[in-house]
Amino acid sequence: MMIGLGHYLSVAAILFTLGIFGIFLNRKNVIIILMSIELILLAVNINLVAFSTHLGDIVGQIYALLVLTVAAAEAAIGLAILVVFYRNRGSIAVEDINLMRG
Amino acid sequence: MYQAIVFLPLLGAILAGLIALAGARARFPGKGPAPGGEDHATDHGAPHGDAVSHASHHAGEHAPAAVGSRTAELITTTLLMISMILSWIAFVDVGFAHHDARVPVFTWMAAGDLKVEWSLRIDTLTAVMLVVVNTISAFVHLYSIGYMHEDPYRPRFFGYLSMFTFAMLMLVTADNLVQLFFGWEGVGLASYLLIGFWYHKPEANAAAIKAFIVNRVGDFGFALGIFAVFMLTGALDLDTVFAQAPTLTGKTINMFGWQVDALTITCLLLFMGAMGKSAQFLLHTWLPDAMEGPTPVSALIHAATMVTAGVFMVARLSPLFELAPHAQTFVTLIGATTALFAATIGLVQNDIKRIVAYSTCSQLGYMFVAMGVGAYSVGMFHLFTHAFFKALLFLGSGSVIHAMHHEQDIRHMGGLKDRIPFTYIVMIIGTLALTGFPLTAGYFSKDAIIEAAFVGRNPMALYAFICTVAAALLTSFYSWRLIFKTFHGEPHDRMHWRDAHESPMTMLIPLGFLAAGSVLAGLPFKEIFAGHGVEGFFRESLAFAKSNTVLADMHHVPLYVAILPTVMMAFGFLVAWHFYIRRPDIPVELARQHDVLYRFLLNKWYFDELYEVIFVRPTKQLGYLLWKGGDGWLIDGFGPDGVSARVLDVTRNVVRLQTGYLYHYAFAMLIGAAAFITWFMFATGGH
Repeated sequence: MMIGLGHYLSVAAILFTLGIFGIFLNRKNVIIILMSIELILLAVNINLVAFSTHLGDIVGQIYALLVLTVAAAEAAIGLAILVVFYRNRGSIAVEDINLMRG
Repeated sequence: MYQAIVFLPLLGAILAGLIALAGARARFPGKGPAPGGEDHATDHGAPHGDAVSHASHHAGEHAPAAVGSRTAELITTTLLMISMILSWIAFVDVGFAHHDARVPVFTWMAAGDLKVEWSLRIDTLTAVMLVVVNTISAFVHLYSIGYMHEDPYRPRFFGYLSMFTFAMLMLVTADNLVQLFFGWEGVGLASYLLIGFWYHKPEANAAAIKAFIVNRVGDFGFALGIFAVFMLTGALDLDTVFAQAPTLTGKTINMFGWQVDALTITCLLLFMGAMGKSAQFLLHTWLPDAMEGPTPVSALIHAATMVTAGVFMVARLSPLFELAPHAQTFVTLIGATTALFAATIGLVQNDIKRIVAYSTCSQLGYMFVAMGVGAYSVGMFHLFTHAFFKALLFLGSGSVIHAMHHEQDIRHMGGLKDRIPFTYIVMIIGTLALTGFPLTAGYFSKDAIIEAAFVGRNPMALYAFICTVAAALLTSFYSWRLIFKTFHGEPHDRMHWRDAHESPMTMLIPLGFLAAGSVLAGLPFKEIFAGHGVEGFFRESLAFAKSNTVLADMHHVPLYVAILPTVMMAFGFLVAWHFYIRRPDIPVELARQHDVLYRFLLNKWYFDELYEVIFVRPTKQLGYLLWKGGDGWLIDGFGPDGVSARVLDVTRNVVRLQTGYLYHYAFAMLIGAAAFITWFMFATGGH
């Protein structure tokens, strides 16, 4: 069986869906949300790389590297915020984070 | 000269007003002149004489007099004195030398066909009024210097007085109906301000508002009358209107589907204004209450000048009234009814000022009887003489009140003739003139009216004759009752009696002059007002129809008619003397026996109560309904309050959407993004 573009896109779509569900089915931990966001970004990356090889255009792969960099930075900042948040409020459970409740 | 007569009081009013404003600024720096009534309590109240708070009436002395009080008094009084002298010159010049004048001032408004000028119409009728207004006003100004000396707000008082005088002069010199209306409303305003001068007194405020509102009723008719005149003639200046008047006879106006005679309805509407201003039957209720104002105000406005504006207006518009016999009949009816009705109330009142006020009301009725039967000059004669003796009676009452430390109830007086002899003498003179003692001023004018009523041709003339004769009896009785209860008998309040003191010179001088006027204003003027000199004196300022022979017939009345008023006067005096000097127990007994009648009269025929039920309460209820139902429920409910309530409802629900949970926001974002992409793909074809 030849692994084609469709397979790559399917994997990416599955990953993306997992990430989405990870965000809003999760009731426990903010770190899981961060991980889900990473998952979504990775799904996008797979798409970018798959289309890059399929179309023979290297820009897509370079863009994927850019996304990885941004994702790393984002993860770092996100975790840093989490640490500060935990110090302030003593919890990082998602249910406790509702300061913006109307 | 005429400009000076009219505008000097205005100048005085402006200057006094500026002084008052400056004083108010100094008194309340940075706060404006509004507050300050609290510390200013000169209690002239005690409407029914029960438990007067003597403690408070000198509280006014604690408030320092406004800066420039003396200046304001001097300025306004001096200007009025000048005006008075010029008026007498004008009186002679116009009345006897026949120098009528039109003094154009400027164009007031010009809109299409409507052209209204300010101009002063000086003819004999005006000249008579100028003399009356300025003379009384000047004396009242002088008197007020003494009477108001305790009051800290004198600049304001004198400013109002002068403003009133100016408005009254504007009224009497009016050359067109709009100018007349301007003066008419001007005096109404001044009357309102002066009745409510002691604005810290609730009764004074209520009386001021009552006077204003009752007058609005009359003014409504007056304004409609002016509209009718404009509709019929297309002009408002008096000359044009009078020139066109004869062509209007027989014309009709469609009113509510009825064809009514145009001139009759116009005159009736105009007379409605006169009824309000001159406190005639049905619209009289404000006048007695107006006695809450300072006494000089009562003398000037509510006795001598403003209330006679209605009489003056009818005389001024005599060319119209002369053509509307039905309207004249109505004028006679109302005048006669008022004359008798007010006199009956006067019999039992106990407030010295109210007795004189009802007497004024009654005398105004006499004047309207004269107007109604077509004896305009006779009505003006009574206006002229009445101004003197009624101003005298009021100022005399003021002097009594002043002496008695603001006691107004005659039941608490008595025996004052030894304490304040000068006031006693002038009050006697005023009473003699009012009751028509031979050779005093009132004798000539009042008898002339009764004679005119006797020979009058309209259907109400006989009724008017009976009413006026009966009123003459009652007038004599209540006037002497006032004198006897105030000055004779035993003092009822020893302490006040002992403290009673004669008034200062500034008050006695005007009293002296007015007393002289009350005696002398009759005989020298008899011929020109009610005799053979009327034609030559009034000329075109009063119109007499060809068929109107009242003035000529008056000289041929039977002897019994001529002496009847004098007999009535004497009889009234004897009854009063018997009741209050010889047998003081009789009136008490009489009041007890005829309790119903006594209460009926004491409560002024229950007019206030009647109006309370008919007009005031329904109006209040309507107002309450509109307030609660119309404004509160409908407008606020569906307007601002309703809208804001709905907005609140919506936002309250919207707020509930904001859970604060991160995943809800993420979900919303996802749905949004998905919807957006879907729309992007399908609606735009994916390009």
